[in-house]
Amino acid sequence: MSRFKFPPSIRSRPVYETLAARDGKSHLIIAEAEGAEAVFDLAKNAENLMAHAHIIYIQGRSGDVYAERLASLGARQFYMGPSYSAALPRLRRVLSDAKMGLQAYLTGTEGMMGQAMLELTSAGIPHTAIQCEHRGSTARRMQCVHCKGITEDVTTDPFVCSHCGLNLFVRDHYSRRLAAFQGVCVDAEDPGNVPDQVEIYQ
Amino acid sequence: MSVGENKIAVTVSDITKITPLVTQFRFVRTDGEALPTFSGGAHTVVEMIDGAETRLNPYSLMSDPMDQTAYMISVRRDDQGRGGSLFMHQKVAVGDEMMISLPVNLFALDLRASKHLMIAGGIGITPFLSQIHELNAIAGTFELHYASQSAELAAFADDLMRRYSGKVHVYFDDLGQKIDLAALLEGQPLGTHVYVCGPKGMIDWVRKTAHDLGWPREAIHYEEFLAPQSGKPFEVTLAASNKVIQVGEHQSLLEAMEAADVDAPYLCRGGACGQCETNVIESDGEIIHRDHWLEDDDKKSGKKIMPCVSRFVGKTLVLDR
Amino acid sequence: MTLQFNDETFRDDYTFTNSQRAIDRFPFPFHEDSYMYSVNMEQHQGGPKGSVYENRFDVDEHYISEMKDRAQVLAEDPLRCQSLPHMNLAGWDLLELIMVSKSEDYPDLFELHRDGNNWHWINRPLGIEDKFVFLDNASLPYGPMEYITRQTQGDFAVLDQRDENLWLDAGMITTQADWSLDFDIGMNFFEWHAPVPKANEMGIFIRALKFLLNVQQGTPARRLNWTMTVNPLLDTSPENYHKWGVQKTGLTPQNVGSKQFLRVELQTFFRLPRSNGLVFPIRCYLIALEDIVTVPKWGRRLHRVLRDIPDELATYKGFIDNKPMIVDYLSKFDDGQPTSAGIWPEKDSEPELVV
Repeated sequence: MSRFKFPPSIRSRPVYETLAARDGKSHLIIAEAEGAEAVFDLAKNAENLMAHAHIIYIQGRSGDVYAERLASLGARQFYMGPSYSAALPRLRRVLSDAKMGLQAYLTGTEGMMGQAMLELTSAGIPHTAIQCEHRGSTARRMQCVHCKGITEDVTTDPFVCSHCGLNLFVRDHYSRRLAAFQGVCVDAEDPGNVPDQVEIYQ
Repeated sequence: MSVGENKIAVTVSDITKITPLVTQFRFVRTDGEALPTFSGGAHTVVEMIDGAETRLNPYSLMSDPMDQTAYMISVRRDDQGRGGSLFMHQKVAVGDEMMISLPVNLFALDLRASKHLMIAGGIGITPFLSQIHELNAIAGTFELHYASQSAELAAFADDLMRRYSGKVHVYFDDLGQKIDLAALLEGQPLGTHVYVCGPKGMIDWVRKTAHDLGWPREAIHYEEFLAPQSGKPFEVTLAASNKVIQVGEHQSLLEAMEAADVDAPYLCRGGACGQCETNVIESDGEIIHRDHWLEDDDKKSGKKIMPCVSRFVGKTLVLDR
Repeated sequence: MTLQFNDETFRDDYTFTNSQRAIDRFPFPFHEDSYMYSVNMEQHQGGPKGSVYENRFDVDEHYISEMKDRAQVLAEDPLRCQSLPHMNLAGWDLLELIMVSKSEDYPDLFELHRDGNNWHWINRPLGIEDKFVFLDNASLPYGPMEYITRQTQGDFAVLDQRDENLWLDAGMITTQADWSLDFDIGMNFFEWHAPVPKANEMGIFIRALKFLLNVQQGTPARRLNWTMTVNPLLDTSPENYHKWGVQKTGLTPQNVGSKQFLRVELQTFFRLPRSNGLVFPIRCYLIALEDIVTVPKWGRRLHRVLRDIPDELATYKGFIDNKPMIVDYLSKFDDGQPTSAGIWPEKDSEPELVV
């Protein structure tokens, strides 16, 4: 499956790598939809990892396409759920008695990885120690800087804030604490003059 | 800018022998004012004027950061050293006036940690004493594991055991007691940070064990100040100041530069902070790198030197100072 | 002299004014006739008597009105003041730094009495008197950072130092030059400055960070930064940009002198000793173009600086669309005569403007 190559950007924008096994007695893998493919690659290159791994798989738009293969990887624990919010209570429970040395692997969309990273960093894992591999949709999770509402799955620039209705342009400035990019009013200086929407990355 | 420009005149108000090797010094401000506050793990650089020689050695502040009436440090006697600790032990008396630097912290607590796991070896206990005071003031969680040669040499151990029973674990080498490090590190809850201060071997052991167990780099903190070592005298040309100086057997290159009124910035004087990093313009001989600041490539290149702890053997050394 | 405080507004009817004294002591940011983005740090160890550099925290005629404006901003949007949990000690550090500095530097306006941890603070201009226990959050009406920065002009970025970086983990930001604390809180030094154009290529933030990491007790530092604002609007926040952005289009050749303001930030940098954090007080000074040009040197220089500034910087500083009008206005106050080096007005020695 082809992987999206993000154009170079500013320092606050996350960059993604390829998941690689690290030393540690316990491994937590959170994957969403096509992220399953990254988990297969990881498993291929790290024989002993799965025996100590807990996989939390969020089906998202992939449904159960990958279910069987994931279940057969031999993870110590395997969970599959329909959405990130459905998986969240489980994730929090896992982190509540996790030990130092836990290795974390995230793969899927930026929005899911960002939100999971927030849980992991809040539990005490530094963000630099969390591996992220992007797979699947390039849609963005955007915060409206004006009303503070989050609009999920934004694919165009500009876009309409799903909370306050302002026309926002898409910045690359990214907040780990909000797990979101910043959206700013595009027609503040000339109300009503909103540029045509284009797909992000076009 | 160097902290050396910010000195405090202090008077030695008390000297206490803690163990056969460790002596504690209490400083109050000579002008009677309150001392500046500091954070747990901070150090001060003590100026020792010993006849014609001036030494500047860093010592961890071990007193309560909330207490602005006095600072306390502890000095371990090193009979093989360059003489700084012997000077403190033998020549400093109650009532003496000395100059010390304002506190600088290169070993601060990460206050985000849900738990602070401290591992001390020998005199490496001192920065933890101020950190424990700080954590008590803000209701932080800590656990201390303290290794010493013997009960007799374990400075402050009794006091710590008494005050923080259950949180302090002491290990004596002469009884064959050893920290079960792997088990200790493996059991720590997510959000724990580990701090180590002690001999180089201990620091390397803790860092490596934690790393191998998958601890993130940001959760591993260590402080190791190297004392400058004596060595053969050598000559250095300081190009920017147009001076040729001699570095004595028991003098560091940094001290020799300062004696010649050439200002080099510093914070730690122990090869750790990187402030005094100096470019080498010309070198015919071998630089004895003793710091743990420069990368291996930099050391091999011969283009940089840390004058606080490193020395030179050879014919010509020209520095950009 | 005793300070006379203005009763003025920074919004709606914009009654803000600078007295002659405020104009004379304005921190003009250009030391030569051109501008290049730079770190330009210097020690913050006082300055000429009466200047904004004289004291650790400058209190001027705008004090009371600025604090009223801040209270209004916070009432509308409490997210402008935030502190991550581990920054509480740094908040007390900041409270101590400001209370000690102000009570020493302005004894007629502020008093601090300390008996161990029992502190007694009197702020005469704002009519505040509180007794509280140092390090006990419950003894103050707000958290320590919020409490003291509701009483101190300027924005405050409070940074944690760890992993060889500085982390924007707390702040009071109500007069910002277009950045959002709510969005940026928790970022490191490079992430926080990521939107500055060409910041990485220039390498200046690497040098700036290296410098700041080594700002120690007893050696605070400072620098000036600047931008342009239409109307004396303090709260140029991204949060409210959809409300104030349109004001930028209200400039005309007739009103540019009175409506276009030069906005200067005096940024200072202090080590916070108890927490080993750093605080960046970012103090904003506003001056109308028509007031700047009353100082011949400043009028000549500002014209040359803005005329020659690259479009990219003018865009970043948000005045690219109004640049022609501003430069045209200022050109009337530039007769081509030389200017002396440095930022000081030198009214006595600079030549009179020949028009």
